[in-house]
Amino acid sequence: MNPQLLQLICFYLFGFIAVVAALAVITLKNTVHAVLSLVLTFFSAACLWMLADAEFLALALIVVYVGAVMVLFLFVVMMLDIDQEKMREGFVKFLPVGLIVAAAMLVEMLGLIGVKAMHAQVMGADPAAMAGVSNTAWLGQALYTKYLLPFEVAALILTVGVVAAVALTLRQRVDATRHESASEQVRVNPRDRVRLVKMDAVRPAQPMPVPPQEPSS
Amino acid sequence: MITLSHYIVLGAILFCIAVAGLFINRKNVIVLLMSIELMLLAVNTNFVAFSRFLGDVSGQVFVFFILTVAAAEAAIGLAILVLLFRNRSTINISDIDSMKG
Repeated sequence: MNPQLLQLICFYLFGFIAVVAALAVITLKNTVHAVLSLVLTFFSAACLWMLADAEFLALALIVVYVGAVMVLFLFVVMMLDIDQEKMREGFVKFLPVGLIVAAAMLVEMLGLIGVKAMHAQVMGADPAAMAGVSNTAWLGQALYTKYLLPFEVAALILTVGVVAAVALTLRQRVDATRHESASEQVRVNPRDRVRLVKMDAVRPAQPMPVPPQEPSS
Repeated sequence: MITLSHYIVLGAILFCIAVAGLFINRKNVIVLLMSIELMLLAVNTNFVAFSRFLGDVSGQVFVFFILTVAAAEAAIGLAILVLLFRNRSTINISDIDSMKG
């Protein structure tokens, strides 16, 4: 089969799955099922990115999103005791508004894109392959040279995110047997904890060397 | 033959689905957060497609940064959600009105 036709068939397949799963995310009654649909959406999108030769980002999407962020969502959904029925209030009331707004936005966007005008714009050859490197090397060369400072800032943002998430959810239990208050630990004065002592540099008395004992045979 | 417009149209469809999700799930904060993730996915798809089309690495680098910030945002958002549920025993948006906004 023509490989380009095969690519097109794969695109329509993954795109269809992504759209159906995205619709399931916003309409399913059970939140756990909605999270699992979102996982399917991300997976299909990763396949689509793979078709666009963005292999590193596709795999990063699977590892970071499906592996970490969605598991976090699942944890939170299962941990909180949510009344599913109460959450559905207003679903029917807002459905027409949502549909109208979404449809209007879609029509505007498609008109703006000018589907017919851009239909001839075929994707060129893979730029990374033309440069003679893999996609990961291509991305990494830009990331570690031109975008080094934003890369470091992104690392800093992640660190701040971790600290903020822990600091927000850290709970101090009154009945706990042993715990340290974090704010007290931060505010402590070193003079309260450590006492520096000045001593004369005196060599202590040397112990007598033990004479080697003869082996008793 | 996959063209640029294939990817852009798909991104537009996903984005509009996410907007509809924001409208029809007015009560459930978790679904709202998931709709935002869906929007970011649509935008990232556009970035990837244009990066490939123009042969420019900047688009993919930008997707990388968006993924980073979105992960941090999801973590902090869910932490706030857990805190909210612990204090108020609800995540219904219409009950969260103590600031009278």
